[in-house]
Amino acid sequence: MISSNLPALQVVIPLLAAPLCIILHNRILAWLLTVLVTLTSLGISCALLNRVLIEDSITYAMGGWIAPWGIEYYIDKLTAYMLLIINAIAVLVSIGARESIENEVASDRVYLFYTTFLLNLTGLVGVIITGDAFNLFVFIEIASLSSYAIISLGKNKYSLYAALKYLIFGTIGASFILISVGLLYAVTGTLNIADMSQRLVYAENTSTITTAFVFFIIGVGIKAAIFPLHLWLPDSYTYSPSIVSAFLAGTTTKVFIYVLIRFIYSLYGYEYSFYIESFNYLLMFAACGAILYGSFQAIKQDSIKRLLAYSSISQIGYMILGLALITELGLAASLINIFNHAFIKTGLFLAVAVIIYFYKTDSIENLSGMAKTSPFTFILFLISGLSIIGVPLTSGFISKWYLIKASIDAGYWFFVLIIVFSSVLAIIYIGRIIESAYFKPERKSAYMCDESRGVPYLLFISLCIFTFVNIYFGIETTLNVDLAMKISNDLMSH
Amino acid sequence: MEILSSFNYWAVIVLMMIGFYIIIANNNLLKKIIGINIFQTSIFIMFISMGKVIDGTAPILNEVNTLYSSPLPHVLILTAIVVGISTTALALAIIIRIYKAFGTIEDNIIKKKMK
Repeated sequence: MISSNLPALQVVIPLLAAPLCIILHNRILAWLLTVLVTLTSLGISCALLNRVLIEDSITYAMGGWIAPWGIEYYIDKLTAYMLLIINAIAVLVSIGARESIENEVASDRVYLFYTTFLLNLTGLVGVIITGDAFNLFVFIEIASLSSYAIISLGKNKYSLYAALKYLIFGTIGASFILISVGLLYAVTGTLNIADMSQRLVYAENTSTITTAFVFFIIGVGIKAAIFPLHLWLPDSYTYSPSIVSAFLAGTTTKVFIYVLIRFIYSLYGYEYSFYIESFNYLLMFAACGAILYGSFQAIKQDSIKRLLAYSSISQIGYMILGLALITELGLAASLINIFNHAFIKTGLFLAVAVIIYFYKTDSIENLSGMAKTSPFTFILFLISGLSIIGVPLTSGFISKWYLIKASIDAGYWFFVLIIVFSSVLAIIYIGRIIESAYFKPERKSAYMCDESRGVPYLLFISLCIFTFVNIYFGIETTLNVDLAMKISNDLMSH
Repeated sequence: MEILSSFNYWAVIVLMMIGFYIIIANNNLLKKIIGINIFQTSIFIMFISMGKVIDGTAPILNEVNTLYSSPLPHVLILTAIVVGISTTALALAIIIRIYKAFGTIEDNIIKKKMK
């Protein structure tokens, strides 16, 4: 009974727990419930992955309505892989959330943080699992609305402006996706993605299909912060509470890259997207732009959170670049990067959460010499930072290694240069933080280590797990690389 | 005649552009939200227009009529309207808090204050 309804439970459990947090109205209880729910959710996604590895794919008819009419949940290896990433990050972030969030959100609103957090998780999981185009739009809106709310929870008044900016961009993006779904419905007469892709093969290549394609790409591009459409991202990550930045940086953009992959490979088919529409050249341009622009902007920033946000933009460039190569290895590199970067960037933002917990600042200037007063935090930050640069024995190296290999295989030597050059830029921007923290003299400033708050043990535990994952997948790569290879093989032969 | 036969779609394009222009060009945050609403309304009209079958009636099963308009886009748009309203409500709530925090809802003044 339970095992056959796992796909529905994956979405329903966090959805039901979200209003429960409001009813509980107690921040400790709400936190316990959130940890419990995310753990259950992770358990379900592990069970789903296990089943998918044996059965290849699961379809689940929501409410018993059979596929083309009812809403279908569709799970294949790619879905299970993404579910695992999102849920694992949700568990680790929610464990550490309590100590950090109590300092960064007004105390009477803390329980609302857990509500919006769970709603956001529902939306993201729903976007991944659904096999219905309109349901996709609804879940995108659930994820987006809750993320606007969660960003605006911060004590900093600029978080309000950042949230509204994200809201305006995000609504335009979602509306574009809605237009695209409408046009596709007009051509095919169905909303089920699998059904739609079969009918698109026989449909004439009219301008309606092309228009739908363009609208969808731009809509998802805004949501995933692909280079020229990234304007909402730096502000949202900078001004929201650190835990929120950690969760959003690890999940939201990756989920929308996933939507892009699904759309290109499962709905339109990559032959259409890349060979007929020559979409890969546009992606290559966006990727190179993102990599260079993100890295150059990151060098200029003083706030560590803003620096990491720009670094995220450049990392999204890597994911897009892998896609644009149109090879199995390129797609796999992109998937490996989604996995690794999700853990690296969340780890880095959690380290910033610890820094803000102690020092109440994330400015590089103000942090000079702080590594002496809190060495452990900065060691953990350093390891994740090295991973962003791509130093061997960290997971960041693995994703860059596969991307370079894929670029050489596809014959694009130019991209190897760009990747190496952007690694040099990464050395500079991570180096600036390290230099300030380790080698500059300690300053007597207003920002002193606040020992009275006590050590945030849970935050440290989840930070340590992120660092461990980071190193583990830099040494032992069979788990994620093999799965990514299998997925890309499935998608390309589809 | 070409224009008149697809009048709905021309209305959609015009409304969409008006909405989009307001979002981009207007300084007032509240008016930007109005722009978003116009933009979304144009999409709703597009969906509803698509569902219409010429000479089709309301989709009620009886013996006289055999040609029906598609009811599905209407259902979808009901959901989309709800989503649109929640977005507007959230945006208005945030704008009220922005006004309390900054004392203004003009985009350029807030940007100046942020620097």
